[in-house]
Amino acid sequence: MPLIEVTDLRKSYGSRVAVDGVSFTVERGEIFGILGTNGAGKTTTVECLQGLRQADSGEISVLGLDPAADRTALTRRVGVQLQESQLPAKLRVREALELFASFYPDPADVDVLLDRLDLRDHSRAYFGKLSGGQKQRVSIALALVGNPELAILDELTTGLDPHARRETWRLVEGVRATGVTVLLVTHFMDEAERLCDRVAIFDAGRVVATGTPAELRATAGESTLDDAFVTLTRSAL
Amino acid sequence: MNTFAKITATETKLFLRTPFMGIAGILLPAAVLLAVGAIPGMTEPSPAAGGYRFIDAWVPSVIVISLAMLALQSIPGAVATYREQGVLRRLATTPVHPVNLLGAQLLIHVVVALAGIGLTLGVANVAYDVPMPKHPLLFLLTLLLGMVSMFAFGLLAAAIARTAKAAGGFALIAFLPTMFFGGVYLPRALLPEVLQRIGDYIPPGTQPLQDAWVGTGVQPLQLVVLAGFAVIGTALAARFFRWE
Repeated sequence: MPLIEVTDLRKSYGSRVAVDGVSFTVERGEIFGILGTNGAGKTTTVECLQGLRQADSGEISVLGLDPAADRTALTRRVGVQLQESQLPAKLRVREALELFASFYPDPADVDVLLDRLDLRDHSRAYFGKLSGGQKQRVSIALALVGNPELAILDELTTGLDPHARRETWRLVEGVRATGVTVLLVTHFMDEAERLCDRVAIFDAGRVVATGTPAELRATAGESTLDDAFVTLTRSAL
Repeated sequence: MNTFAKITATETKLFLRTPFMGIAGILLPAAVLLAVGAIPGMTEPSPAAGGYRFIDAWVPSVIVISLAMLALQSIPGAVATYREQGVLRRLATTPVHPVNLLGAQLLIHVVVALAGIGLTLGVANVAYDVPMPKHPLLFLLTLLLGMVSMFAFGLLAAAIARTAKAAGGFALIAFLPTMFFGGVYLPRALLPEVLQRIGDYIPPGTQPLQDAWVGTGVQPLQLVVLAGFAVIGTALAARFFRWE
């Protein structure tokens, strides 16, 4: 049974259709990418998966649970990194981890996490004083602190320099290596190509293609995922 | 440590690390009272005020300053900032409801308000011989009702505002009349009769505070109105509150 199963998901805000019949499945242990331009419906889909939003129609199963009905049960088993979510500037890194650890029934060891995400030297630093890459590492650590089975990472490397991006990718691979399934939301093709086992390409609220990066390149007859993305989303217009 | 205690401990640390509001909330009311008392004539019995001294009438007004600042500036600012930064949204993805964060904020502000008011009473007593409240329990009850109604307005401002800046703007709309009717800009005794009577019922309830203090007894209707403000304010804040 897939870890995530989405069938014909629909969501509108007033007259604007954000998600227009999306279906995909994510298997346990894979890194699955949701690719698309801004406004393609990625974030709304992910918010429905987390139970933050109620879908208009369609079926969603995450870890065998219905997010809308079993949100609290789901939050204990899913770690989340949100796009553009900050912490209070005067909160220290270790304090943030310890605070979030207290929210979960079976949290990870804070010291182990600090080491794994290379934050040991910054454990007493204020969040507001960290660099962009360090802040992202903290938000990944917070997504992992509850020992989740699924980690949802939204626009993980937006605004990071090339070194910090590569460093963050290495960490995501490390997360999967510990058995956590990763749902990665991104609009960077190189990131998806490098990290994802399979991707779903979103365009105007629909999934226009699903498969491994290699399959998508072959389908589109292009040599890079970037070109494949442009070809696939253009044909859907 | 349970989750709410952990959140409250963390929020307290954060509050102390940006100590402006804490220091202002605790020290400012007492400092204002000291300054006012230093004005010649403030500590002399005044026939115009029925034999009371102006300083005695000023103490409740100073309490208004303290409550208004915490309730209408500090609370909406803190909550709106958390929403703006996505902290409330981030919390909503954990097993802990963001309402715990609001609870912690309210608790911290209640403690700061009580500390500031306690200090004010002490300073007034020591420096200017202002007697302690004659009906301490009634005074405390009025104070708590006034505090809850003010804090509810602060949460309502935070609820309907999208940003910290806007919350400050909304709160200012409540801040100015509260200060005015509370006798902060002009002693209440100098306000026209009709404004004084309106002010009797405006949170945080300067008149009932004063009545409980000097011992003339509090009119139940004033307490009922205060309680009404508290209930309606809380209900509206809960109804309109957005986590993102």
